[in-house]
Amino acid sequence: MLCQECQEREASLHFTKIINGEKTEFHLCDICAKDKGEELPGGNNFSIHKLLSGLLDTGQAFSSPSPGRRKQPERNDLQCETCGTTYRLFAERGRFGCADCYYYFDEKLDPVLRRIHGGNTVHSGKVPKRKGRDMHVYREIEELKSEMQRQISEEEFEQAAETRDKIRELEHALKEKGGDAS
Amino acid sequence: MTLKSFMNEALSPWMKNEGPESDIVISSRVRLARNLEKVPFPIAASEEQLEDVTYRIREEFTGQAHQDFGELSLVSMADLTANEKQVLVEKHLVSPHLTRKPIHRAALLSEDESLSVMINEEDHFRIQCLLSGFQLEEGLQLADSMDDWMEETLDFAFDERRGYLTSCPTNVGTGLRSSVMMHLPALVLTKQLNRILPAINQLGLVVRGIYGEGSEAQGNLYQISNQKTLGASESDIVKDLRSVVTQLIEHERTAREQLWNDSRLKLEDRIFRSYGLLSYSRIMESKEAMRRLSDVRLGIDMGIIEHVPAKILNELMVMTQPGFLQQYAGESLKPEERDQRRASLIRERINMENNEESHDGGGK
Repeated sequence: MLCQECQEREASLHFTKIINGEKTEFHLCDICAKDKGEELPGGNNFSIHKLLSGLLDTGQAFSSPSPGRRKQPERNDLQCETCGTTYRLFAERGRFGCADCYYYFDEKLDPVLRRIHGGNTVHSGKVPKRKGRDMHVYREIEELKSEMQRQISEEEFEQAAETRDKIRELEHALKEKGGDAS
Repeated sequence: MTLKSFMNEALSPWMKNEGPESDIVISSRVRLARNLEKVPFPIAASEEQLEDVTYRIREEFTGQAHQDFGELSLVSMADLTANEKQVLVEKHLVSPHLTRKPIHRAALLSEDESLSVMINEEDHFRIQCLLSGFQLEEGLQLADSMDDWMEETLDFAFDERRGYLTSCPTNVGTGLRSSVMMHLPALVLTKQLNRILPAINQLGLVVRGIYGEGSEAQGNLYQISNQKTLGASESDIVKDLRSVVTQLIEHERTAREQLWNDSRLKLEDRIFRSYGLLSYSRIMESKEAMRRLSDVRLGIDMGIIEHVPAKILNELMVMTQPGFLQQYAGESLKPEERDQRRASLIRERINMENNEESHDGGGK
């Protein structure tokens, strides 16, 4: 078979591209294939961002199996209210727009992070010193709150009152320090 | 400018020291990605916001002395010529990405250039420590102390569950990328590397050429780094990389012995041919230079070439890059001119050794 581009040399590269159900066949010789490099799979244009954007897009692909349904993407497209980045834009460029994107896209992130980070979704490394100090306090308050609920449900009202005072004390200490509650 | 004084200026001081295992591990690098709270990441930030980030760094940190790094200076990308930027890239102090859009992009550098904090690259801050030889733990410790120091005055975007928040989800959590640059000529020559690389990938590590993502291996130099940044502690990430690198060092040493025992004459021939080409060529392309330098470096490390110091590869590897050649020439050069300059710089550098040791062999 001759190369479909130059019609001179023998075609050595044969492949089929299917995008949105539309099938295109290519039969090229080595030289023309190099010229078309950008559009071909397996070329040098292979970058982590393209790879990543393919990875992030899979959720979308599953939710819209037929090309027809792609017409109405806004329905389930999440958007970060802080910087305006949509999940679609995030998937396209492989970049969050701001720290709050993590919050607004949270429901979709676990599978993405799991795939990138070998099954992990939760940080277990360094905690910033200043912020971290408050974080331990927040954690303690959360624990005391659930302890208090348990005590109330078991009608241990005296202990519950003590726990409540402890919580107030901790919350007061945070406010005194001017600790940022975010 | 003489070659000697140019070398002194051109090479980062850290490059002149030889760290542990430096016959195989050229350098170790640790970087931490950090972002400011409540400021959009560079990709979505306005000009004013980007300017504000650099402004804060200039106000808080320039001219300040850090306990480990000494005084720090801020270099604005917008103030540099194209070639000066290129040189910073070739020294691995900044990434090509940082130089592409120079406005409000900057780097905070320590005097010995072992520390570089890129500002407004993909993240607001990329704290990077570069050390010679195999010194990952030391690199982590230094980067960590710079991080602590910055955190005293800056509020970093951090989430209890996800860790340090970064623009790209591949960096979230620790924001830590640790890597080593390894010279693995014997594993390449004995064709063992192709079998080892897939196994390394399976361990969650990435192998690349020397200029990072997508670049091909030149001069048998490979950069190995961690892929995962989330779910493990910083020290565990570094430990995992360390253990794989330790094994690779062993494999490379064994392969060198194997070459020595099985095909010593062929090996010596290859090394001295390359040495001859470097000593006498008039035109030298960069790829060939890297290949020949790798051979000579192997010869030095195996005791086959004795009068040339091992650091010559590290030096010439950097100095024969286009940006450096043009800086040395003091003008911009066409590719053919660069190939000539490269050949003459290498000849001159090798001769410098020959003259100092009053050895014969080289020549103009």
